[in-house]
Amino acid sequence: MTENTDALAQARALDGPLTIGGHAFPSRLIVGTGKYTTNQVMVDAIRASGAEMVTVAVRRVDLDRTKEEGILHHLDPKEFFLLANTAGCYTAEDALRYARLARAAGFNEWIKLEVIGDQATLLPDVAATLEAAKVLAGEGFKVMAYTNDDLIMALRLEDAGCVAVMPLASPIGSGLGVVNPYFIREIKRRLHVPVIVDAGVGTASDACVTMEQGVDGVLMNTALAAAKDPVRMAHAMRLAIVAGRLAFLAGRMPSREIAVPSSPLEGMLD
Amino acid sequence: MSPSTTTIKVRLNGKERDIGEGHTVRSLLESLELHPALVVVELNKEILARDAYGDTQVREGDNLELVHFVGGG
Repeated sequence: MTENTDALAQARALDGPLTIGGHAFPSRLIVGTGKYTTNQVMVDAIRASGAEMVTVAVRRVDLDRTKEEGILHHLDPKEFFLLANTAGCYTAEDALRYARLARAAGFNEWIKLEVIGDQATLLPDVAATLEAAKVLAGEGFKVMAYTNDDLIMALRLEDAGCVAVMPLASPIGSGLGVVNPYFIREIKRRLHVPVIVDAGVGTASDACVTMEQGVDGVLMNTALAAAKDPVRMAHAMRLAIVAGRLAFLAGRMPSREIAVPSSPLEGMLD
Repeated sequence: MSPSTTTIKVRLNGKERDIGEGHTVRSLLESLELHPALVVVELNKEILARDAYGDTQVREGDNLELVHFVGGG
């Protein structure tokens, strides 16, 4: 056993699994499968990340190109838990259509609901997201809803029956990290369903800081896929997620803007 | 009935295509070298159950969408 797996095994004993909708996931990291330079790098990076749940998108089969472009030619659905998304949808109606197509693929009834409201920022259309969430939850979907870092909308999505609420750290693909840790903490404090921070994490310190806010997990894609070495970054993220989680559970020392010595003041020589 | 040399016009993933007459959805997928278990079919805006592929005839003017999972975040 290497030092890393030993440390990870010890860390796992100090934390429970990520439980969403009655399903326990060993890792608190969820990763996307988009934008990798090659399928082999994608699979290697996902394995290195330790994530069990991976997101996929629903798209037309390209009839003019290779038949191997479907992700399931590269990613074994027995090894990973597939979370289909509704990425690219700009209306509730489109999101419902994509979600139903995803479920018809026959793997599970889970959906990462995402309704985009603006092309420039890719910020979510929360009104349309809520509308779609209600319909999908009513149809028996396990909805994990991507949303803004807005407490009220997060509460509404929970009320709508979502199994997890996923506020952004910062815009999709921006790598800016958590721009509003206070709102993320507030959402986590008030919701009963798991809170997964989705989008905006850029590097390991971002992932660690995100987990230190007390959230249940992090979903990322570009931070791995666009790293110069995605496999190394995936290892780093795996460790950062665990580190941030344990630091949160441990409870940090109070921060103060004065120095306090760590060694005794008594017993000094004359 | 096997596909004949007579063709019909269908809309396939947004493009007009001429395909042989007499195809079922299953035989059409096979002719496109697509694995039925990895593709979801929407026929005229309705999702077609996988166990109906073999019994569903493709007809002139049908609008078919063939989708699958690709990489995404």
